[in-house]
Amino acid sequence: MDFVNFLIQLLNSVQYGLLLFMLAAGLTLIFGIMGVVNLAHGSFYMLGAYLAWSLAALTQSFTLAIILGTLLSVLFGLLLEWLLFRHFYKRDHLDQVLLTFGLIYVFEEMRSILWGDDVHGVTIPDVLSASIPLTETLSYPVYRLFMSGVCLLLALGLYLLISKTRLGMKIRAGAFNHEMTEALGVNIKLIHALVFAMGVGLATIAGMVAAPVSSVYPNMGSQVLIMCFVVVVIGGIGSVKGALIAALLVGLVDTFGKVLLPQVAGMLVYVLMAIVLLYKPEGLFKN
Amino acid sequence: MSDAHAPLETLPRSLKILLGTAFLALAAFPFVGTDYYLQMVTRMMILAIFAMSLDLLQGVTGLVSLGHAAYFGVAGYALAFLTPPGEPVSLWWTLPAAVGASALLALIIGFLVVRTHGIYFIMVTMAFAQMVFYAFFDNKVLGGSDGIYINFKPEAILFDLENKKVFYFFTLALMVLVYAFLRRLLWSPFGRALAGIRVNEHRMRALGYGTFNHKLAAFTLAGALAGLAGFLWGAQSGYVNPELMGFHMSAHVIMMVILGGMGNFAGAIVGAFSFEYLLHVFKDLPQVAGFHLGKHWQLWMGLFIVALVVLAPRGILGLFASLLKDKSEKQGPQT
Repeated sequence: MDFVNFLIQLLNSVQYGLLLFMLAAGLTLIFGIMGVVNLAHGSFYMLGAYLAWSLAALTQSFTLAIILGTLLSVLFGLLLEWLLFRHFYKRDHLDQVLLTFGLIYVFEEMRSILWGDDVHGVTIPDVLSASIPLTETLSYPVYRLFMSGVCLLLALGLYLLISKTRLGMKIRAGAFNHEMTEALGVNIKLIHALVFAMGVGLATIAGMVAAPVSSVYPNMGSQVLIMCFVVVVIGGIGSVKGALIAALLVGLVDTFGKVLLPQVAGMLVYVLMAIVLLYKPEGLFKN
Repeated sequence: MSDAHAPLETLPRSLKILLGTAFLALAAFPFVGTDYYLQMVTRMMILAIFAMSLDLLQGVTGLVSLGHAAYFGVAGYALAFLTPPGEPVSLWWTLPAAVGASALLALIIGFLVVRTHGIYFIMVTMAFAQMVFYAFFDNKVLGGSDGIYINFKPEAILFDLENKKVFYFFTLALMVLVYAFLRRLLWSPFGRALAGIRVNEHRMRALGYGTFNHKLAAFTLAGALAGLAGFLWGAQSGYVNPELMGFHMSAHVIMMVILGGMGNFAGAIVGAFSFEYLLHVFKDLPQVAGFHLGKHWQLWMGLFIVALVVLAPRGILGLFASLLKDKSEKQGPQT
């Protein structure tokens, strides 16, 4: 593998890792703060991709589609939290697994009824459709850099929100001691709703941004969900920093595995997880 | 937080009578049912074995495995690899070999996963099952995404499994054996230790139990019994594909155990029958005003699951037991 090829794969792996982080961050926050296992998290990713496709067709503008889609998904997240998830924070993990598994079926079929079962493509907006030439034959698409940029910005925003703002302080306090925070006069229910909606929003944005590259197809949520689980397990549940590092690690192993060892590439990520589990059963960064 | 006793760990007499009657009905069924329903009930009984194997983990030990289908599927694949394309293969060594393959896989994965707790356990069992799924899905040598056909049912010499009725009784006998074995196990010192782990693992450790070994043994045994079910599934359907070890299969078997009621094995059987029947009903729904209800069976199943968790988290037998309890409370104050 020469240097240019290596560079392209490296950029790809970082982009994949950052995309995984967007999903895993929501998953790990929702678990860390509310104690809910959400198997339906992958469905939000799928929802995002389908929203991007249908809204872009409707409004003729990818930017507008992303803005509208984000708003819709946050509203959807708030509704879902209020209707169902709120009542499951204190329930057994088993009940949460069942509830969210049932929701996967519901979302998957709603998608099939509303949008059909065909594979769709989303066109990259003109501004971002160029490629940066690296050698005479190889080039790197600007859109992929844009994806990484969006994910990085959101990751930075998430970091600032959680560690530097008053709201972030309340979120951290709520994760640390739920009753005490409530006793101090913080509206913990509102915080929970916001965190949940934020998780849904992040996953949906990831789906929307990824849509032009991955295309839009049924069941696109389930594979990505399992990768997110691996990321969360490696990073340590509840740790956003752990999720970031684990996501990048998984991105690297997966991308380079596919290039260097294609026969076993599908399993490499799980081998990584097994090794981490042997030495750190609670993940790299336990909260 | 678990109660010291799983619901219906001891079955009330009324339930025992009901289950006995159900067994007699099952034994009589082949003489009245058509071939189609005979195969459906055989499938239900196979799934009942699968569900009981998971109940050992989920209901008795308190370990929620979201990857139990891996051990189910591997045994089916073992049968597929061991059956040559042109002739049947003996039941007497393929069955132990397939169950052994599942047990070995469960032992290896179990060694890694039983050191984790709660939510980690759920995620990690699911992730490893996916690893097994992709190993079979991606490799043409292992059948790839299309799966493998099993052209002949295993040969048993003493009886003919190609006969649907014989296969039915063979499955019924195995289901009853597994049930009797697990009920014995539940009240053995080993079973009590597992129940102790569910209630309070720290206390069990303080009492000197090696909980790691107990959990690993339970995980391996559950994997082996899931393998027994997977072997029967492969033999009955004559076909294995990666979906058998998929995420949906794992979630379905959890559903079965919940639907019936956990921790007493009878619930797992009731759950497997009810779940499979519901699936059959949902898939058979008619077309209404140009909208094919049956094609969207996942929607009904999804809504049903959500409704079940919200309304009846203790399952069918749980509902039944609380009805009994209400009645006895009305009859008198003695408990």
